[in-house]
Amino acid sequence: MKILVCISKAPDTTSKIAFTDENSKFNEAGVQFIVNPYDEWYALVRGLELKEQMGGTVTAIAVGGAENDPIIRKALAIGADDAIRIDSEALDAFAVAQEISNYASEKGYDLILCGKETISYNGAQVPGLIAEFMDIAFASQAIKLEINGTIATIECDVQGGTEVLEANLPMVLSAAKGMAEQRIPNMRGIMAARTKKLEVIPGSGATNNCEVVGYSLPAAKSGCKYVDPDNAEELISLLRNEAKAI
Amino acid sequence: MSVIVFLDNKDGAFVKSSLEAVNYAANIASVKGVDCIAVSCGKLSNEVLELTGNYGASKVVSNYTENADNSQIASLVSNLVESNSASIVVFSHDFSGKAVAPRVAAKLNAAIVSGVVELPNFDSGFTVKKSVFSGKAFANYKVNSEKAVLSLLPNSLDVITTDYKAEVIVDSSDLGTAKMTIKEFKKKGGEGKIDLNEAELVVSAGRGLKGPENWGMVEELASVLGAATACSRPVADIGWRPHHEHVGQTGVAISPNLYIAIGISGAIQHLAGVNRSKVIVVINKDPEAPFFKAADYGIVGDAFEVVPKLVAAAKALN
Ligand SMILES: Cc1cc2nc3c(=O)[nH]c(=O)nc-3n(C[C@H](O)[C@H](O)[C@H](O)COP(=O)(O)OP(=O)(O)OC[C@H]3O[C@@H](n4cnc5c(N)ncnc54)[C@H](O)[C@@H]3O)c2cc1C
Ligand SMILES: Nc1ncnc2c1ncn2[C@@H]1O[C@H](COP(=O)(O)O)[C@@H](O)[C@H]1O
Repeated sequence: MKILVCISKAPDTTSKIAFTDENSKFNEAGVQFIVNPYDEWYALVRGLELKEQMGGTVTAIAVGGAENDPIIRKALAIGADDAIRIDSEALDAFAVAQEISNYASEKGYDLILCGKETISYNGAQVPGLIAEFMDIAFASQAIKLEINGTIATIECDVQGGTEVLEANLPMVLSAAKGMAEQRIPNMRGIMAARTKKLEVIPGSGATNNCEVVGYSLPAAKSGCKYVDPDNAEELISLLRNEAKAI
Repeated sequence: MSVIVFLDNKDGAFVKSSLEAVNYAANIASVKGVDCIAVSCGKLSNEVLELTGNYGASKVVSNYTENADNSQIASLVSNLVESNSASIVVFSHDFSGKAVAPRVAAKLNAAIVSGVVELPNFDSGFTVKKSVFSGKAFANYKVNSEKAVLSLLPNSLDVITTDYKAEVIVDSSDLGTAKMTIKEFKKKGGEGKIDLNEAELVVSAGRGLKGPENWGMVEELASVLGAATACSRPVADIGWRPHHEHVGQTGVAISPNLYIAIGISGAIQHLAGVNRSKVIVVINKDPEAPFFKAADYGIVGDAFEVVPKLVAAAKALN
């Protein structure tokens, strides 16, 4: 089993979201970057579990500059065997997916595992784009994955429930909660990560079809209107008559 | 020309978020002075198909292939885009949109902007605003390619309907072989339960409820209001509630008209999944609970006393 896990960096979930340069850039000052939780907790860990069951390799891949190296090391510490960084200025999902599929197309990966979305841009685009570029199956928002020979059985979140699907390998999958349990790297893993191979390769000049030209923040809430707990019933009439929500 | 919009269906009817996408696509079409063509895959009655007209589609192209996978639906949609020389394709940013839209973008060499919340602006080129950082901000995207795929964040725009009926066009083209086969559909929750992703009203509770045995009043309030139930992550992790009810950064992200949070502290990761709700009500015994900062209405009090009163008041209203 040859597994490729796509990892991206995301601001820590508690980060303050602010912008600079006349709201044209995300303000990274004081922001701690982490491995996107869906990539780390679900895609990577399920990849490692499958490798432990069936043998094979797990390679982590990230598209972007050297600022991604710390999160790649984290993936190696959790257990990936080696890693690739495609040094590319890919700015949009289209370009990121092109870089990954250009790289992966000749390498014979059985499985390409992604997170369901990055918690920064909430795209949910890269995995489906990779699948189409490579002309292979795509299980979107998967919560379970089992492999039997060359057949994958997957359970995905869909409207109103879940769907059990079957696909032939190779395939792309985007992982959601339920796929695996988070693993905390141990000291040995962290030490080993330092000597594992992180190969940096140049990008293939993928196209950016769109770009961010500005950011804005949602209008601030006008403040909370308090209702006395002894008079809790009043809330229901406020919701009906004032907020018109019920 | 024309704007193409894909609709997902379940149990013989269109999914609500898809109908919102039709309305959005029709608005773009009218700005551009072109028509809006809806596209559907799977067997649906003519009455259901015509209904897309109520939301602004002039025609609806229906392919009756059952259980098509995302690659087949992507072929259907992109063929229609090509044959109509369309440059804008719209999806809902729901489960089906997340599965199909990126494939269509790859086929068409189109920009893809997902989770858009406003009509595009064509004043100088093509820009469109989308939700980022789990609802904590918006980003304005500039589209540089000839074609664009946009997926609309559910429940982000008001829907306006007419009684126009769309012309139904049956498409009998072969969608090619599926790359995945559907083995089983498992319905979520119990019979008659409202699906969290579709719900306009949501009643949610957290660790403040102390144990799963205390959820009766939460369920009751939800049922009286016609709301779906949700919960915070720790509550799902310890097994008090099913996982599919967990909302937040790592769970489901929702944007209902009303979100009532009972005994939930309002951690930033929880807010990330619910801060797009139109009206937020917080019930917490701690006046310092961070959730109150995000609330429109608040009650500082004990859930075990407050919630039964709300149930009684809501019942009296009905
Ligand atoms: C990377 C990451 C991702 C995460 N993702 C999510 C996520 O997706 N969703 C999520 O929910 N959390 C998430 N969390 C966890 C989050 O940080 C909080 O720990 C969690 O939301 C707290 O849940 P809670 O509010 O139910 O519990 P608590 O924080 O324990 O709060 C319980 C609240 O109940 C109140 N209370 C107690 N008794 C009563 C009473 N009788 N009446 C009224 N109020 C009462 C208390 O005052 C308190 O405010 C994530 C954390 C991390 C680190
Ligand atoms: N720059 C990147 N490098 C590698 N993988 C990425 C990158 N961006 C996104 N991904 C993968 O694609 C998934 C979905 O990302 P997105 O479509 O941007 O929401 C992420 O969870 C990652 O697994």
